[in-house]
Amino acid sequence: MQRIGVFVCWCGSNIAATVDVNAVSEALGHEPGVVYSINYQYMCSEAGQNLIKDAIKEQHLTGVVICSCSPRMHENTFRKAAASAGLNPYMVEIANIREQCSWIHKDMATATEKAIILGRAAIAKVQLNTPLIAGQSPVTKRALVIGGGIAGIQTALDIADAGFEVDIVEKQPTIGGKMTQLDKTFPTLDCAACILTPKMVDCAQNENINIFSYSEVEEVKGFVGNFSVKIKRKARYVDENKCTGCGLCTEKCPQKKVPNEFNLGMDNRRAIYIPFAQAVPKVATIDPDYCNMLKNGKCGVCAKVCTAGAIDYKQKDEIVEREYGAIVVATGYNPIKLDNFDEYAYSQSKDVVTSLEFERLTNAAGPTNGTLLRPSDGKHPHTIVFVQCVGSRDTSGCGKPYCSKICCMYTAKHAMLTREKYPDTDVYVFYIDVRTPGKNFDEFYRRAVEEYGVHYIKGMVGKVTPRADGKLSVQASDLISNEQLHIDADMVVLAAAIEPDKSARPLATMLTASMDTNDFFTEAHPKLRPVESPTAGIFLSGACQGPKDIPETVSQAGAAAAKVIGLLAKDKLTGNPCVAHSDEMMCNGCSSCEKVCPYGAISYVNKEFRMPDRTTAIRRVASVNEAVCQGCGACTVACPSGAMDLKGFSNSQIMAEVDAICNMK
Amino acid sequence: MSKNDKEQVLRSSGVNVLKCMRCGKCSATCPSYDEMEYHPHEFVYMVEKGEIDKLAASPSIYKCLSCYACVERCPRGVEPAKLVEAVRLLVIRQQGQNHLKADDIPDLLDEDLPQQAIVTALRKYSK
Amino acid sequence: MVFSYYPGCTLKNKAQDLDRYARRSAEALGFILEELPEWQCCGGAYSMAQDEIASKLAAVRALNAAKEQGRTLVTLCSACHNVLKQANHDMKENEEFSQKANNYMQLPEPYLGETKLLHYLEVLRDVVGFDELAKKVKNPLTGKRIGAYYGCLLLRPGKILQMDNPENPKIMEDLIRALGAEPVIYANRNECCGGYVTMEDPALARKKSSAVMENAAEMQADLLVTACPLCQYNLTKNTPEAGRLPVLYFTELLAEALGVKD
Repeated sequence: MQRIGVFVCWCGSNIAATVDVNAVSEALGHEPGVVYSINYQYMCSEAGQNLIKDAIKEQHLTGVVICSCSPRMHENTFRKAAASAGLNPYMVEIANIREQCSWIHKDMATATEKAIILGRAAIAKVQLNTPLIAGQSPVTKRALVIGGGIAGIQTALDIADAGFEVDIVEKQPTIGGKMTQLDKTFPTLDCAACILTPKMVDCAQNENINIFSYSEVEEVKGFVGNFSVKIKRKARYVDENKCTGCGLCTEKCPQKKVPNEFNLGMDNRRAIYIPFAQAVPKVATIDPDYCNMLKNGKCGVCAKVCTAGAIDYKQKDEIVEREYGAIVVATGYNPIKLDNFDEYAYSQSKDVVTSLEFERLTNAAGPTNGTLLRPSDGKHPHTIVFVQCVGSRDTSGCGKPYCSKICCMYTAKHAMLTREKYPDTDVYVFYIDVRTPGKNFDEFYRRAVEEYGVHYIKGMVGKVTPRADGKLSVQASDLISNEQLHIDADMVVLAAAIEPDKSARPLATMLTASMDTNDFFTEAHPKLRPVESPTAGIFLSGACQGPKDIPETVSQAGAAAAKVIGLLAKDKLTGNPCVAHSDEMMCNGCSSCEKVCPYGAISYVNKEFRMPDRTTAIRRVASVNEAVCQGCGACTVACPSGAMDLKGFSNSQIMAEVDAICNMK
Repeated sequence: MSKNDKEQVLRSSGVNVLKCMRCGKCSATCPSYDEMEYHPHEFVYMVEKGEIDKLAASPSIYKCLSCYACVERCPRGVEPAKLVEAVRLLVIRQQGQNHLKADDIPDLLDEDLPQQAIVTALRKYSK
Repeated sequence: MVFSYYPGCTLKNKAQDLDRYARRSAEALGFILEELPEWQCCGGAYSMAQDEIASKLAAVRALNAAKEQGRTLVTLCSACHNVLKQANHDMKENEEFSQKANNYMQLPEPYLGETKLLHYLEVLRDVVGFDELAKKVKNPLTGKRIGAYYGCLLLRPGKILQMDNPENPKIMEDLIRALGAEPVIYANRNECCGGYVTMEDPALARKKSSAVMENAAEMQADLLVTACPLCQYNLTKNTPEAGRLPVLYFTELLAEALGVKD
C-alpha cells in the first residue's frame, strides 16, 4: 500500500476563486492510501515546494499527488522537489484543476466536485505507479538547418560560431532565399544584397558550415540528439567541385527562353544558369525541363565551352545520409497565388504586379536594370496604385485569415522610393489599417506621407479594369471622404498575403512537428518557448513559424541557434523513462506494433523460451529500443494481445483513473 | 421601435455586422455607389448602431442591384447586400408601402423588355 | 441522355431564341431537355432574406419535380439558375428554412436538396465535354472575337453557385474556343448590367450597361454572348448605339457552329 500525500494549490485566485480548495484537500484526505492532505496558496513557490519535501520526509510518503496547473507548467518543478527529498520523481502525479477545471467553470460547486474527481483519478493512478529511471543517450554534435534563406543562414552562422558543425539544406541552386530578391530593406533602406551577401559568403567560407544546395530532405529518423536524415542532392548535371562559376556556359547555352524565377518570370534565363551574380555556391545548374541535351540528346554546347570539364549530363540524384543532434526548420514563405482575386485583374494585365515583382522591377539586377518601367510597354508609369491586404485578414475563404505583417512597411517603402526616384509619379496607397509597430517603423511610414507626399487613402480597391489605351481604371472607396474614387493608373501593385512554403507540410510530417491550420509551425509555447517545436530537438527559425520581417527573423534565428547550441553542448541527454515495453510471454509476434510505430523504435527478435513441458521453443517477439521510443503509446493501442504497455502510463493505470472518475457517485 | 428593427434586420439578413473590419471593399466595388445616399459599408455600420430608421427612409434601398459584388468580394464574409434587402423588406412589408405598384407597370414597359425584369422588380419592390 | 429542364418565364416569351437553340444543340450533342410539367416562374430574384419563404417555393417545387423524375435538372437563364441553385442550397444546408418550406408544401416526401442542378453551360463542360463538343462543330466560328458576358447572377455568390471562379471564370471562354472562335477577356465581363433596376431607373442601367459594352468594345470584341435575357436587353437597349456590339445568346452561337441554326 502506498503512503500518498495530496497537495492542493490555490494558484493565487486562479484556482481558489472557483474551486473550494479546503473542500478538495478535505475530501481527498479520506481517499484510501492518502495519509496527508493540505492546500496552499502557491505550491510552485519555494515555500510550497518545501511543504512537499518536508511531508515526503516526515510522513514517509511513497507517492505524491499535486492538484494544480497543467503538468506542462510545473510537472518538472514538483518532480525535482520530490527527487531532492529522496522520492523517485515518477511517483509524482499532477491533477490539472486549473486549465481543465477552474478556468473553464464558473460555478464553484460543480468546479469543486470536478476538482475532487480529478484528484481521485490521480490518486488511483499513483497507487499503481512504480519508480522509473530515465536512460541516457549521446548527442550528435552537428545541426541540420532546413532552408537557406536569411533565417537559415543566420541560425547556421550562429551555431557554427559556437564551434559546432552545421549543414544547410536548400532546395534552390543557391542559398539566400527571398531576401536576395528584395531591393531595399525597411526602415533604414540599406540594399538587401549589400547586407545579405556578406552573410552568404560567410556561410560558404565557414569551416563548420556545409551547404547542400539544390537538395531536399527526404527522410528523418531518430530523436533529439540522434537524428538520422536522408538528403536528396538533386542532379544539377554540373560537378560542383569542378565548376568555377565563370558563367561562360550560361552565355553560350542556345536555349534562351526559360522563365527566370529569380525575376519572377518577368525575363528569361538559359537552360544552364546561375541564379544571380552573388549566388552561393557560385555553380551552374542545368534545368532538365528545358535542356535540349537532356531532353533529346541534341546540343552539348555547355560541355564544349566549359574549360573546367564540369558538365556531367549523366549525373544522377544522390542520397546522402547524415546524423544530427538538432534540426532547425527555416522553410520560409511565399506570396499567395492571386487566382481568387482577379477583380484586381492580375491575370489580365502585366501592369498589375505583386509587391515582390515590384521589388524586381526596381532592382538593378532585375528585368529593367532597376529603372521602374511598366512590364507591358516599357514606359515610365506616372500613376501607381498600391493595394494592401490582398488576401490577408480574409476570412471569406479566398485568402488567409491572418495579418501578413510585412506588407504595411514594404508598401510604405515602395511608395516612398518611387516618389524619391520619380517625383513626377503620383502614388496612392489604399489601406485598411496601417500597422507599424516596430522600431522606427511608424516614423518611416509617416515620412512617406509627410515628406514624400504619398497619398494614403483609408479604403479598398474594388475593381481594376485594364483599358485598351494601357491605363488601368481603378475603382476604390475613400471611406473618410465617403466617395467612390476612379483613378486612371499606369500600374497597380498588390500586397499579396504570404503563406508558408509548400514544402513545410510534408516536412512537418517527417519531423512529427505540429502545425497550425495555416501550415505555420507551432511553437512549444507561444510566449516562453517561441523557437522550439513541441517535438524535442526540432527548432523554428523565421517565417515558417509566422509572418516576420527581416529584423525579427534574424533575432529569432539567433534565438533558435542559442537553443541548438545549448543542446549540442551537452554530452548526454536524459531520456524519458515513460517508454513502451513488451511482455514477451504475451507477445504473439504479429508485428502490429512495429507497423504503427512512427519512430521505428520497435523491431522483432527470435528468442528462446522454456515451455511448461520443459522443452524450449523459439518465438518471434517485439523488442523496443528505449532510446528511440518517444512514449506516444500508439503500439499499446495496436497490440491485440495486450502485451505492449507504456511505463508510467500503463493500461492498468489508465483504467484505474477511468474507474476512479466513473465510480464517483 | 428602433431596437426591434435592428433585431429584425439582423435576423432576416442573417448578417453578423460585427465581422466587418471597415475595409470599405463593398463600397469600392458597388456599381450603384453614386446613386446611393448610404453606401454598402454605411449599411453595415448603421445597422450595427441601430440607425435603421435613416436607412429605411433612404431611396438607397431601391438602388441596390442585388448583383452580389459586395457579397462576393467582402474579405470577411459580411454580405452587405443582405442588409439592404432586409431593410427594404422591413419597409415594403408594411401595408401600402410598395415601391412599385402593378398599375405602374404598363407605363414602364417597352416591347422588348423581358418578363424577367418585371417579375424581378416586383419581387424587389413590392409585397 | 435526358435532363429535366426548367426554361423559366422569359424563355417562353422574349427570349425564345435562348430556348430554341439550346434544345436543337442538345439534340445535336446527344442529350434531350424535357421540360418540367407545370413549372412556375422562379420570381427572377432570390430573396436574400432568410425569413422569406413563400416567394422561394416555386423554385423548390421545380427542384422537387426533377427529384421525382429522378433526373438532373438543367436551367438556361442566369436568373433562374441563380434562384434555383440558391434555393437548392438552402434546402440542403439551412435546416430552419427547409423545415418551413417543407411544412408549406406538404410533399409526399420532404425535399432536402437532393436534386442535382446544372446550368446548360455546365452540361456542355462536365457532361458533354468541350473537347467532344469541338469535334461536333460543323461551322467553326473561325476569326470571330467573342466576349463572354457573365454579368452578376451566373457566377455569384460563388460559394453557393459553385460554377466557376467568379473573379476569373473560363467556362464561356472555353466554349467560345471549342466553337472555333477567339475569346476576348475584358474586366467588366462579371460586372452588373444594371439588371431589374432598368424598370424604374433606366439611366442607372444605361450607365452600367454602357460601361460593360465600352470595355468589351475597346478590347476589340466583335460580339458578346450571354446567358441572361435581362443582360441581353440592357446591353442592346440601354447602351449608346455608336459602338454597340451585337449581343447574342450563347446557345444561338452554339447552334450556328453545330450547323443546326437553320
